Amino acid sequence: MSLFIIVALPFLGALLPGLMNSAGRAATAGVTFAISLAAFVGLLTNLPTVLAGEVVMARVDWMPLLGLNFSLMLDGLGFFFALLILGIGLLIIAYARHYLSRDDNMGQFFTYLLLFQGAMVGIVLSNNILLLLVFWELTSLSSFLLIGYWKHLPEGRQGARMALTVTGMGGLAMIGGMLILGEIVGSYDLSVILQNRDAIQADPLYVPALLLILLGCFTKSAQFPFHFWLPHAMAAPTPVSAYLHSATMVKAGIFLMARMWPVLSGTPEWFTIIMTVGLITMVLGAVIALFKHDLKALLAFSTVSHLGLITMLLGTGTAFGAMAAVFHILNHATFKAALFMSAGIIDHEAHTRDIRRLGGLRKLMPVTFVIASLAALSMAGIPLLNGFLSKEMMLEEANHTVLFNSPWLVPALATFGSLFSAAYCFRLIGHVFFGPVRDDYPAKPHDPGSGLWLPPAILVVFVVLIGVAPFMAEPFVKLVTASLLGDAAEVPKAYFKIWHGLVPALYMSLIAVVGGLLMLLIFKPSLRLWDKAPRPEAKVIFEAIVEGVVRLARALILPLHNGAFTRYAAIGAVVFVVAGYHAWTTGTVGATTRTLQAVNFVSIAGWMMLVAATVGMVLMHRNRLLSLILIGIVGLMVSIGFVYFSAPDLAMTQFTVEVVTIILLLLALNFLPNTTPIESSILRRVRDAGVAVIGGLATFALSYHYILRDAVSAPISEFHVANSYKGGGGTNVVNVILVDFRGFDTYGEIIVLGIAALLIYALTESLLSGPVRARLLNRKPDQARAGDKHPMMMVVMTRVIMPVVLMVGFYIFLRGHNEPGGGFIAGLIVSIGVVMQYMASGFGWASARLRYPYHGVIGAGVLIAGLTGIGSWFVSKPFLTSDFTYVRIPPFEKFELATAALFDLGVFLAVVGAVMLSLESFSRLARLAQEPSDDEPMDIDPSRDDLPTSLASSEKEGV
Amino acid sequence: MTAATELMNIAIFVAFVTLALGQILSMVRLVLGPTSGDRILALDTMVINALGLVVLLGIYQGVQIYFEVSLLIAMLGFVSTVALARFKLRGDIIE
Repeated sequence: MSLFIIVALPFLGALLPGLMNSAGRAATAGVTFAISLAAFVGLLTNLPTVLAGEVVMARVDWMPLLGLNFSLMLDGLGFFFALLILGIGLLIIAYARHYLSRDDNMGQFFTYLLLFQGAMVGIVLSNNILLLLVFWELTSLSSFLLIGYWKHLPEGRQGARMALTVTGMGGLAMIGGMLILGEIVGSYDLSVILQNRDAIQADPLYVPALLLILLGCFTKSAQFPFHFWLPHAMAAPTPVSAYLHSATMVKAGIFLMARMWPVLSGTPEWFTIIMTVGLITMVLGAVIALFKHDLKALLAFSTVSHLGLITMLLGTGTAFGAMAAVFHILNHATFKAALFMSAGIIDHEAHTRDIRRLGGLRKLMPVTFVIASLAALSMAGIPLLNGFLSKEMMLEEANHTVLFNSPWLVPALATFGSLFSAAYCFRLIGHVFFGPVRDDYPAKPHDPGSGLWLPPAILVVFVVLIGVAPFMAEPFVKLVTASLLGDAAEVPKAYFKIWHGLVPALYMSLIAVVGGLLMLLIFKPSLRLWDKAPRPEAKVIFEAIVEGVVRLARALILPLHNGAFTRYAAIGAVVFVVAGYHAWTTGTVGATTRTLQAVNFVSIAGWMMLVAATVGMVLMHRNRLLSLILIGIVGLMVSIGFVYFSAPDLAMTQFTVEVVTIILLLLALNFLPNTTPIESSILRRVRDAGVAVIGGLATFALSYHYILRDAVSAPISEFHVANSYKGGGGTNVVNVILVDFRGFDTYGEIIVLGIAALLIYALTESLLSGPVRARLLNRKPDQARAGDKHPMMMVVMTRVIMPVVLMVGFYIFLRGHNEPGGGFIAGLIVSIGVVMQYMASGFGWASARLRYPYHGVIGAGVLIAGLTGIGSWFVSKPFLTSDFTYVRIPPFEKFELATAALFDLGVFLAVVGAVMLSLESFSRLARLAQEPSDDEPMDIDPSRDDLPTSLASSEKEGV
Repeated sequence: MTAATELMNIAIFVAFVTLALGQILSMVRLVLGPTSGDRILALDTMVINALGLVVLLGIYQGVQIYFEVSLLIAMLGFVSTVALARFKLRGDIIE
């Protein structure tokens, strides 16, 4: 099966469980299982190729210019991890089906699980490090969803947040490291990078790249000092813990270290950093695990410890160490998943995971006892179980490793860690299953149905099988090791045997097991000692750090970003002026290339009015209605200015926007006081005035500068003028730019416009349901109101002019391609025509005659524009490629048909919808404050005999 | 230069000056007020004058592309006046 399908299956399949939710729990789990199984089988079809030592590749160029390609690779290492991810995933799905209770939303759970699975498979099959980063972040996000699955538990939410913060920050660091790596090699393809060991290690940026990548690996794989997130992630449902912390999430960091092993390992930096971190993590995790009372916390810290062990083995940089690491990854995945599932069974049946409240379960849950004990003994390193073999190899390797010039440091610490590891395994068995049967369990424990115990049992079969017959796993492990090592080293010859003779590793193992038993004997006194010893609490430190960072961010941001527009404007103006002044004084200023045009009386008059309106605005801005009228003058004069400078398109747009703006602002003013109160001190107003004057003068200087000079480089407008008719088929350059040259921008803009209108709708809707509602209901007009709501003259006039407006809109729309006009202006014209009806006959009357909701109109516009763009795909052209042709239908003249006109239709609809939706939303607010408006078009209607209800009632009151 | 174009030029000049003066006087009325009604009417007058200015500009330059602008101003210019007037009369312009 193609690698693409293997990676895509879980992602596509993630849609299904959510949809299947109503079909029942068995169906939901069944479909999830089937999807995973399909991917698993697909993976296995590639097994013969991988066994032959070949690498399966699949590649599609995604963004080749960025070096980001959808390129997949399946070699031994990737196959090994994918096998673990999908294989254990299958068992977890079967287990989760029986573990989750009826209250849990199973579809949601399996959707998250499949997303996570797909992201993990993507990581291990990526052949492009940028693609790998994408999947890497996807695992962080999907694991956040999984860990926080029980949203009602605060621990779940906090644990998920902590995991996301730590792994997400590591991911950010790793992006930096990967980019450096790609820059050194000149390619982001893993297969190329893996060939360039010498170039990478000789580069001066090797150490920063290594540090950044390791930061990503260590956070993901919970290495010291980032190990603290893993135990807190235990708030997740047990299937999640079993999956994330045995075979997948935390192994991603390990995988990446293994993947990068051929190019990054072998240097002193690699050795020292990874060995130290791995050793500390291993010992620390083992010691803490012994003293944890929560079964899952114990397993969590044991996972931390074992991850440290694997990290350390990879850090040795020797081929034997790498082989031991691969073998231990396999063994750890089997026994740890089985143990987590057993812990889940105990929690499920006894309703507690507290070891102090358990004991004696051996007789009550014999099946679980056998499964958990075998897995735990394997973890402790007891012969004839798989954990023993890889632990022996680890001790053997540790015995040869010299760290910080001390030949005994690594062996001693490894033995010490193994001792505690054995001790917590023995404690798990002894304190949970042995001892007297108690009568105070929260629930009567008994063995669960086969659905819960079968998945861990299958894993335990492997634990025993590999333990008894290690030669069965040997070829596979060596194959994986060979692909891990690449060209960097030879696969070691050592055989997997239970009995190696009386080697030092055996003595170390013996010390660990006997010491572990002794530790258990003195557990009670040492626990008292442990409880008394002061320990830093990771969660408190983490929260404090987060708190501190938030405070710092607030201290930085709030002074700049205090929510007052005046402050932003002031800061922006000052910054621009200073930057512009800097540019002016340090740069060279070209000679003037143009002269000023002569001014005539009319333009002086227009200029005077602009100045007068602006000055009047400054002086009288506290009267809001007056300032609105002044804005109207400015808008009017600016449109005249556009006409004067031969830009009729702009003039039409400016004028129509002006009308809509005034209506919109009047709707808002209805809810505002008539005057703006003086709120700021005189000093502040003087300061603001200073900033405003400086900003104005700077703008003037800049405009004056450019009036006298041509642009430094050739302006793009010449290209547009030259190509408008040739390439776009239209003679109106402005319109061709909008719908053709920059069609993609326009497409984005109409989407933004639609979003803005929907936002206004949403905001006003939520206002109506909030506390504002009561105030609106009790609102009294602040001055006397005229009596006629819907004057007859206005109604008749708007009704008569409506068809004319629509026709002009249609005309402006059609001619847009060649003459001034187009969809945007036409949209505004038609909106004004419709708003007139609202103003004349009222909200109720107009909306009763509304056939299509404005949301739908916006959506239709965006859809039409988008489909027009997509249409060019069918003729193998890029998105939004336009085409045009000339047709002649007698008796008309020859005319043009362009796809751009369809796109323009989309613009038109989006503009109409957006303008109308925002106006309607504002006027909806006022609806609450008044009696429901009647359905009559006008107050006095000669064609009607009776009085409208509103007038009739007021007449009655008057009597 | 024929007498006709001469006359035309003079006529256009006079019309320009008249309209510009009209605009300035409307502006004075708008600033002085005293009531909102005066100001709204001043704005409406200015819209009409602006319409005249655009048409005149088209005649002066001898081009037709300004026609649609004047069409739009003529057709929709009253809407803002009506909206402002409704705001004064009823407070709520869409009820």
